[in-house]
Amino acid sequence: MYSQGLIGADGKTEETEEFLAKFQARIDREEKIEPNDAMPEGYRKTLVRQIGQHAHSEIVGMLPEGNWITRAPSLRRKAALLAKVQDEGGHGLYLYSAAETLGVTREQMTEELLSGKAKYSSIFNYPTPTWADIGTIGWLVDGAAIMNQIPLCRCSYGPYARAMIRVCKEESFHQRQGYEILISLCNGTEEQKQMAQDSLNRWWWPSLMMFGPHDAESSHSEQSMKWKIKRFSNDELRQKFIDATVPQAEYLGLTVPDPELKWNPEKNGGKGGYDHGPLDWDEFWRVVKGGGRMNVDRIKARKKAWDDGAWVREAALAHAEKRATRRTQQAAE
Amino acid sequence: MSAPLFNALLELADDHLILGHRVSEWCGHAPLLEEDLAMPNMALDMIGAARSLYTYAGELEGEGRDEDQLAYLRYDRDYKNCLLVERPNEDFAHTMLKQLYFAAFMHPYWEAALHSSDETVRGIAGKSVKEVAYHIRHAGEWVVRLGDGTEESAQRMQAAVEALHPYVEEQFHMSSDAQAAADTDALPDREAMRTQWTNTVSNVFDQAKLTMPEVEYPQLGGRTGHHGEEMGHLLSDLQYMQRAYPNMSW
Repeated sequence: MYSQGLIGADGKTEETEEFLAKFQARIDREEKIEPNDAMPEGYRKTLVRQIGQHAHSEIVGMLPEGNWITRAPSLRRKAALLAKVQDEGGHGLYLYSAAETLGVTREQMTEELLSGKAKYSSIFNYPTPTWADIGTIGWLVDGAAIMNQIPLCRCSYGPYARAMIRVCKEESFHQRQGYEILISLCNGTEEQKQMAQDSLNRWWWPSLMMFGPHDAESSHSEQSMKWKIKRFSNDELRQKFIDATVPQAEYLGLTVPDPELKWNPEKNGGKGGYDHGPLDWDEFWRVVKGGGRMNVDRIKARKKAWDDGAWVREAALAHAEKRATRRTQQAAE
Repeated sequence: MSAPLFNALLELADDHLILGHRVSEWCGHAPLLEEDLAMPNMALDMIGAARSLYTYAGELEGEGRDEDQLAYLRYDRDYKNCLLVERPNEDFAHTMLKQLYFAAFMHPYWEAALHSSDETVRGIAGKSVKEVAYHIRHAGEWVVRLGDGTEESAQRMQAAVEALHPYVEEQFHMSSDAQAAADTDALPDREAMRTQWTNTVSNVFDQAKLTMPEVEYPQLGGRTGHHGEEMGHLLSDLQYMQRAYPNMSW
């Protein structure tokens, strides 16, 4: 892993006004910032936090979908779901590696996740009680993730931007796969349609919350926009998502659970868009702060995997050391 | 239709489905992230092979049963997998050893099946032989690491060997259907894999500092549907949707 040499490296900078202005000028010229480049501490910290959260979301995100692997209703769906959950793990690995280029280790980040210090996307604190949820997660959750992540392919930090190109390609496949599950349900029996509608009812609002608080209440947004880590505001992306998704729900014959949803031809500078009802921000903050249905269970599952696997990781290290010692001894003989 | 070949293909397909199911139970719960990627990969290989085998078995049967009807809609006594593959995961040592035992058998089996008199079997073998070579490597390397790692890992690895070794013998047994399929050269003779299996596993055990136990009482019965208590629970998971919502498309 090329990032290893950077872990613990002294990335300290003397942040004079001249230094900051020069850095901002590079950003404004759309130059990519690379691991060995000097960067303001705030830039580094923002990226470590964001990439770490993103990686954790991929890893925790394996759990709600993993819940259905052994119970998938057909072998084709089972294979696709396995591949999908495996992709999420791969994204996690990719992103941890990108974060490592900023001087933190995967172990540090994992410990922060397990101790509750680091956050992950709140959407994964909702349960998946039915098979339809596997379709809905692909369609809405991966759909919202793509909306958030496409602009990240142009993020100013090189390793993150490059990682996101591949991640977005796979997410786009997942989104279509999820939608296809729902097409099967909506073309199926009455029970299947009900299962799909019930799932949309539960996931619609949490998916809209994935874009984060209103712009006015988003604490990190302004500086991130200036550094070109972030390219669009939370509300802009949320609106884009709603406008793209409502016709997809109509095609499925499902009802979006928002009585105030209404086409507004004036919106988006005259291009038209949907007006929507208010989001329940109390629920949003409750889940962010740990009070969602699955917050405790998700971390418990991750902690169990980590603790139960400790002896395996220790054995792998011990074995590697034994081999290295034997090689040195053989060379000396 | 060839009833013995149909039944012999089901034995193989069930082995792959059930072991694939067990490996897939790890997804999201592995000891390290790299294994969260590797284990679904192996599960995908196993389930992929099962799909090809069920589909072909269904074609031979000629009664319109597809891969899902064969995989999901039989009773417990009708599953013909060997007992080894249905054993619970227990810990990572058991899981990797089970995979090694199975792959060490399937590799020479698929190699022999490359010369089958049956074209479809040759095709499935051609794909599977490459995958299973990788499973031997992956699981074998872990057995070595754990066997020759720490004191705890060595103990756990040897405990897995003691627990799973009684289930090895069944892999070499020939049911009357498997025998009939071997007589027409459609599928290989299972007994003929014994030497290569022993070579592969002994090689790993030497490096892993593990002892191959003598088994006085081998555990048999899977091929005739005499499964363990845990098989019903596995099937409750596997069959849940098909049983709860019958006759629907997914």
